[in-house]
Amino acid sequence: MEKILQVKDLELSFHTFAGEVKAIRGVSFDLNKGETLAIVGESGSGKSVTTKSIMRLLPESSSEFKNGEILFNGNDLTKLSDSQMQKIRGKEISMIFQDPMTSLNPTMPIGKQVMEPILKHQKVSKAKAKEVCVDLLRMVGIPNPETRIKMYPHQFSGGQRQRIVIAIALACNPKILIADEPTTALDVTIQAQILELMKDIQKKVDTSIIFITHDLGVVANVADRVAVMYGGRIVEVGTVDEIFYNPQHPYTWGLLSSMPSMDLAEEKLYAIPGTPPDLLNPPVGDAFALRSEYALQIDMEQAPPMFKVSDTHYAATWLLHPNAPQVDPPKTIIERMKTFRGSRYYEQATGGDA
Amino acid sequence: MRKEELQQLPPEKFERITIDSSRAERITKPSLSFWQDAWLRLRKNKAAIVSMFVLLLLIIMALIGPYLNGHDGEQQILRHANLPPKIPGLEKMGIFDGVGQLGGEKVNLYEMKKVDEYYWFGTDGLGRDLFTRLWEGTRISLLIAFVAAAIDVVIGVLYGGISGYFGGRVDDIMQRIVEILIGIPTLIIVILMLMIMEAGLTAIIIAISITGWIGMSRIVRAQILKYKGQEFVLASRTLGAGDKRIIGKHLLPNIMGIIIINTMFTIPTAIFFEAFLSFIGLGLQPPAASLGTLINDGFKVMEHQPYFLLFPAVVISVLMIAFNLIGDGLRDALDPKMKD
Amino acid sequence: MVKYIGKRLIYMFLTMFLIATATFFLMQTLPGSPIASYNKLNQTQRAIVEKKYGIDKPKPVQYAIYMKNLAKGDLGTSFVFKGKSVNDLLASRVKPSFILGAQAMVFGTIIGILLGMLAALKQNTIWDYGSTFLAILGVSIPSFVFAALLQYWVATQWHLLPVGLWNDGWKSSILPSIALAMGPLALSARFIRTEMIEVLGSDYITLAKAKGANGFEIAFKHALRNALIPLVTVLGPVAAGIVTGSLVVEQIFAIPGIGEQFVSSIMTNDFATIMGTTLFFSALLIIIIFIVDLLYGIIDPRIRLSGGKG
Repeated sequence: MEKILQVKDLELSFHTFAGEVKAIRGVSFDLNKGETLAIVGESGSGKSVTTKSIMRLLPESSSEFKNGEILFNGNDLTKLSDSQMQKIRGKEISMIFQDPMTSLNPTMPIGKQVMEPILKHQKVSKAKAKEVCVDLLRMVGIPNPETRIKMYPHQFSGGQRQRIVIAIALACNPKILIADEPTTALDVTIQAQILELMKDIQKKVDTSIIFITHDLGVVANVADRVAVMYGGRIVEVGTVDEIFYNPQHPYTWGLLSSMPSMDLAEEKLYAIPGTPPDLLNPPVGDAFALRSEYALQIDMEQAPPMFKVSDTHYAATWLLHPNAPQVDPPKTIIERMKTFRGSRYYEQATGGDA
Repeated sequence: MRKEELQQLPPEKFERITIDSSRAERITKPSLSFWQDAWLRLRKNKAAIVSMFVLLLLIIMALIGPYLNGHDGEQQILRHANLPPKIPGLEKMGIFDGVGQLGGEKVNLYEMKKVDEYYWFGTDGLGRDLFTRLWEGTRISLLIAFVAAAIDVVIGVLYGGISGYFGGRVDDIMQRIVEILIGIPTLIIVILMLMIMEAGLTAIIIAISITGWIGMSRIVRAQILKYKGQEFVLASRTLGAGDKRIIGKHLLPNIMGIIIINTMFTIPTAIFFEAFLSFIGLGLQPPAASLGTLINDGFKVMEHQPYFLLFPAVVISVLMIAFNLIGDGLRDALDPKMKD
Repeated sequence: MVKYIGKRLIYMFLTMFLIATATFFLMQTLPGSPIASYNKLNQTQRAIVEKKYGIDKPKPVQYAIYMKNLAKGDLGTSFVFKGKSVNDLLASRVKPSFILGAQAMVFGTIIGILLGMLAALKQNTIWDYGSTFLAILGVSIPSFVFAALLQYWVATQWHLLPVGLWNDGWKSSILPSIALAMGPLALSARFIRTEMIEVLGSDYITLAKAKGANGFEIAFKHALRNALIPLVTVLGPVAAGIVTGSLVVEQIFAIPGIGEQFVSSIMTNDFATIMGTTLFFSALLIIIIFIVDLLYGIIDPRIRLSGGKG
């Protein structure tokens, strides 16, 4: 498969009054052409920062790339000049944000906002841009786009505004579309519509999508592959099936266990104890160990490397080391694993695949 | 880490450990009250801290300055009139050496008039010591500003508080009155008030206060309205708290910050108005001195004795800058919206 | 919107009525007779003069006549400038004041906006500190102190510009305009800086960046308009500041404007002129604030289309 974007050992820090916050501490992943990669994790895990650093949208005065590279079209995005970056943003890589209520300019008609990237990146006349704009708005499901392009954002509902933001992002047929929690701020019914729209569009325009969310239900719905982030690192990455039915990292177990389920009549919904690590002073070793009931001595001393589970599945936990004791995941996880061919619980399969 | 290294990790490292989950939840930062937090933030604001020291210095000078050099601010020694500044020590450096202009030429006026005393900031046309008068004037200006600000706070908080807290008809009537009053330009009402009252300290304070409270009352009312409907107030009311407790325990502490900030901006406004009124001749009458009257006197002789204007001009400017910077600092420190 | 304008007009009328009434009765309680300068006149002459100015009649009648004339736009006759109506007096002095005020307003706000933008775009750099410092000086130093210092250095010491008066064309207006402009400049610089910083941190600016917009487009196409709209609300106080400033600045530079006349009419107890000018200033400021509020509704699409805030 063709790799369209490669992130390698990315490290990024914020300089704040309190000191250096190590928001990303060595993140690596690839994005294949045409796929949807979901990045999941709780607030502060670094998922938004990772994607904003791909777009270089973080404030230059307070953020700093410490290490690593972001390869796109043979260029390292971390090293491009501002004007080179401006040619990529909106044209090659575009982005959808969390809150449609605030992500449109309140004093600019929406037509002008959709046309802006077209006029900027493509050498077309205003009339042609307007045509494209109307087509885009129709594609994302805005009724009567010809008349509505003169209206201002406050005259649209939240769902419609998110559709407009999507139209802006698609204006120049980008190779990569980054969606930063695009449905979090919307009503549940609207969420489903927006997700359908995004899947639809992906089929039509064949773009790769990075989808950031903390909602595992959404992940199951849209993603091909999933990366789980915790404490500024990717702790597990695999296909949707692998992550949902054969998870290896205790944090992924926690995430999945805390997802309400219709089938399992659990009395109490599981909650991961504790709070995310303070990245001002990141813990030594495995950042999740302090909150994990599966912690090993070595977790307190050394950060685990990525262990290979399968060709597409990797997890950063010492539990996958050959010397590690065999532990049983939580009950709900075992139930899930029973259905996954290749997991050690599937038809009395013995041992892990590590 | 390479594969071989991974293999060599000793097995005992892989023992399971139990972690006290409370460790993961411990709070690493000490908890700070609102005021401690505000003070920490204010302390980081260098401009505000420097301004506080400067302001303190000016207040101390306003209190003790008039007694420092042994001259009396109201004593007129006509023989000593119009002397330029002369300060012991500095005179040898070619500044503040008593040299002034006379008929277009530079002469040492002290030698010419045979004056042995030092007038640090010079004298005015009546031979009064300007150093003493400057600090007396500063004292009066500060007094006017503080009293006017205090009146503004008392009336403004009461009016706005009553209007906002009781709401309904009371609020309606009180706000209609304010809406009409706010249309009247402050300048106009201040000048009119001063014309009908006998000139003096009280007149100026009343004139400045007469519309000054309106801004404060509107802010307080808006804040009261905002907090009055919030859950913590409703909860307290549900638990049987009376008006007194709700105002004292819940509303006042929440609007205290904004009252303080607004007061810090009222004071320089009052200083400005006093000086302004004195400058156009409506303020204090001689022989009393305020920064405004001193600037007015100084302006008249500016061409030949610029120092006469310069000293009070510098003092009033520094005072205003200090108050504004402290106000800015307090606003940043107390307004959680601006929190970084 | 119509309802809102109607309500505002009623309030404006009420306020003006109140000011006119208050002015009239305050004038009556003033110490010193309005015709103090006619002291040399004998009893009969004085009666003639009093009759001429209508001050022999009972107070309520005077008030009624005054209000009736006012409704016709007649501000009365000056006590000092014999036979001259206050209307003529004001008309003859409007031009210099208007020129100074307009220049100060335009110059002050434009420079202020640019400084504020510069400070916000280059936050925490020397540019930011510099323009913030300038803005603090501007709000802090009283206009008359600034005017006096300008006059001393630029005119008296360096002889670059006229010391005062209104007889050297545009040159005469430069120094007083600068002195008056400091307030608006500082106010708008501070205001725009705060607004810009808030706007620049908003999501739609991030989206604009994500579209590939460059720094210039971000600042001028996206951020400036959104930061400018609320600036309209401070134009009222700015105008009031300029009127206040004009009283002293015109005095300092001896400019034959309305402010200078107001101050001298106070000195000479010229009641009719004081009343007339008071009403003129009040009406001016009330109308400016009204226009500003309307303008705010017009330029902000959110208010324009939701039909006014009243």
